[in-house]
Amino acid sequence: MIRIEKLTRAFGAKEALRDVTLEIRRGEIFTLIGPSGSGKSTLIRLIDLLDSPSSGKIFFDGADTAGPEKDRLAIRRRMSMVFQKPAVLNTTVAENVAFGLKFRGVPAKEAEEKVNFSLNLVGLADLYRRKAVTLSGGEMQRVALARAMVTEPEVLLLDEPTANLDPVSSEMIEDLIVRINKRFGTTIVMSTHDMLQGQRLADRIGVIMDGLLAQVGSSSEILYQPKGRQIARFVGIDAITGGQVIENTGGHALIRVGETCFEALTDIPGGKWVSLCIRPEDVTLIPSDSVSEKTSMRNRIVGRIKKIVPSGPFVRVTVDCGFPLIALITRRSCTDLGLSPGSLVIAGVKATAIHVLQEDGDRNAAG
Amino acid sequence: MSDITNGIVQAIDLIITLDPEVMQIAVLSLYISLSATIIAALIAIPAGALIHFNDFSGKRAVIILIQTLYSVPTVVVGLVLYLLISKSGPLGFIGLLFTPQGMILGQTVLIIPIMIGLVISALRGIDRGISDTLVSLGATQFQMIIEIVREARFAILSAVVLGFGRAIAEVGVAMMIGGNIRDHTRVLTTAITLETGMGNFALSIALGIILLVIALIVVVILNLITSALSSDMQQIAGGGPHG
Repeated sequence: MIRIEKLTRAFGAKEALRDVTLEIRRGEIFTLIGPSGSGKSTLIRLIDLLDSPSSGKIFFDGADTAGPEKDRLAIRRRMSMVFQKPAVLNTTVAENVAFGLKFRGVPAKEAEEKVNFSLNLVGLADLYRRKAVTLSGGEMQRVALARAMVTEPEVLLLDEPTANLDPVSSEMIEDLIVRINKRFGTTIVMSTHDMLQGQRLADRIGVIMDGLLAQVGSSSEILYQPKGRQIARFVGIDAITGGQVIENTGGHALIRVGETCFEALTDIPGGKWVSLCIRPEDVTLIPSDSVSEKTSMRNRIVGRIKKIVPSGPFVRVTVDCGFPLIALITRRSCTDLGLSPGSLVIAGVKATAIHVLQEDGDRNAAG
Repeated sequence: MSDITNGIVQAIDLIITLDPEVMQIAVLSLYISLSATIIAALIAIPAGALIHFNDFSGKRAVIILIQTLYSVPTVVVGLVLYLLISKSGPLGFIGLLFTPQGMILGQTVLIIPIMIGLVISALRGIDRGISDTLVSLGATQFQMIIEIVREARFAILSAVVLGFGRAIAEVGVAMMIGGNIRDHTRVLTTAITLETGMGNFALSIALGIILLVIALIVVVILNLITSALSSDMQQIAGGGPHG
C-alpha cells in the first residue's frame, strides 16, 4: 500500500529521520513505537504528504508521491489523519466532521448522511449540533476520528491518538481503531510511545529510535527478541551487559557474567561478548533456604534483595547477584515468600527465556 | 462643567429634532468612514492572508514596516496625499482634492496598515494544528486559507472595528483633503474643531456625543454580522440529524 524507500528528513542540521525503508501492507494495522522525539510524528506527517522528505521516496499504491501539488492533493485525499492534539474548529460538531466532504465538493444532502453515519460510528450522533470547542478531550478525539473516517479513506494515519487521553477514553479509541480496520478494511498506521498499546493493536510493529527504524516485526518478536539494548530497554527489559560466551554446543551456550554462569539458547560462538535480555516476568524468586525444591530451572543465582517497588498488582524486586537482576512477581507471592530488602533469595530464569545479543559494535547483527 | 451638561442637553435636542445640518454632517461622516473601512477591509484581509500564508525573504521587514505605519500621523497622510492630488500634483487630473471621495481615499490609506497588521496577528493566533488538520482533510491551499480566515473571524472583526474607529475619529486627512467645506466635506471631527475655535463648546460636545453614538451603532452591527457568519456556517453543515 505504502512503500517508503531510504527516507531522510532533516530540520537544519538535525536529522529527525534517517534512511527509513518500510513497507505498509494493505489492510494491516501497523504501529510505530518509540520514545518521544524519536521521529514517529515526522514519519507520519511525511506519509500524509504534509511535509516533504529531504531525500528518499514514498510510493502510495505504487505511485511516486513526489509529484506536483495537484497530484499530492489527490493522493492525500485517499488518506486521513488524526493528530495527537485534536484540533477542532470553532463551529458545530457536524460541520467539523463535514470538512473533508466540503473540500471534495460532496453535495449537502449526501454529506449530511455521511456525517450522521460517521458520528454514529464513534457513538456521538447526539452531539451533532453541539459547539465542538465545548467537548471533552476524549469526545474531541472521537470527533476527529469521525472526521477522518467520513471521507472513507484507504489509509488512516494516527499520530499518538491517545497520548493526551484518560484510560477510559483511550480504550474507546483503541476499540474504534480495531473496529474500523475490521469493518472497512482500512489500512491503519499509528504511532504510540506506549509499547503495550502498540502490541494490543498491531499486526506489525516498527520501532523507531533516534530517527532510525531499528526493528520491524510482530509484537512477540519485538517483545522477546529485541534487536538491540536500546529497544530491549524500551520494551521493558533491563539487559545485563558484560557477558562472555564460554562455549557453545549446537546452539546451547554457556555464558559467564561476573562469577555466575547462565545457560542460554543462541548461535553466538564461544569467546564473543554478549548482553543478556531477560524479561522481569520471566525471573522467578524462591527463598534461599528452600534448596530442596525442584524446578526445571538450570540458571539459579543467589542474590540479596536491593529494593522492592510496587507496580500495580505486581512488585518489581531488584536482586543484586553481582549484577542487578529484576523480577516482576505478584504482590501476593511477594508477601508469601516473605521478601524484604536485604534478605537472600534464589533467582531463577529458564534458558529459553534469555535473549542473547552480541556486543561487537554491530548491534543489528545479533538476535 | 456647565458646557458639558449644556452639550449633553443640546446633543439630545439636536438628535431628537433631527437638526438638518447636524444630520447632514453625521451622515457624511458615516458615509466617508464606513466606505473607507469597507475598502480597507477588502484590501487588508486578503493582503494580510497573503503575507501570513507565504514565506518570502523580507517578510519580517514587511511586518515591521506595517507596524511602524500604525503610528503614521493623520496629517502626514493628509500632506502626502495633498501633494499627490492637488491640481499641480501627479494625480491632480482626477480632481479628488476637497471632495468626499478624496477623504475616503485618505482614510483608506490611513487605516490599511493597522488592519493588515491586525489581520496578520489574528491569523497567527490560529493554532498550527488547525491548518495541518485542514490540509490533511484534503483542503486545497485556497480552501485552507478561507477556513482559517473564518476561524479567525472575531479577531479580524477587531481589526476592522479598530480601523473604523481610527477613520471616523481622525481630523488630519478630513481637514487637509476635505477642507471642511460646509454642506460638502464638513464631517463631525472638522465641525468640532471649527465650533470649538469659535467658542461654541456645547455644540462641539454635542457633535462629539453624536460621533460616539454612530460608533456604537456601527460596532453593534459589525458584531451582529460576525455572529450571523457563525450561524450561517452551521446551516452549511446541513439541517440536522435524522431521528
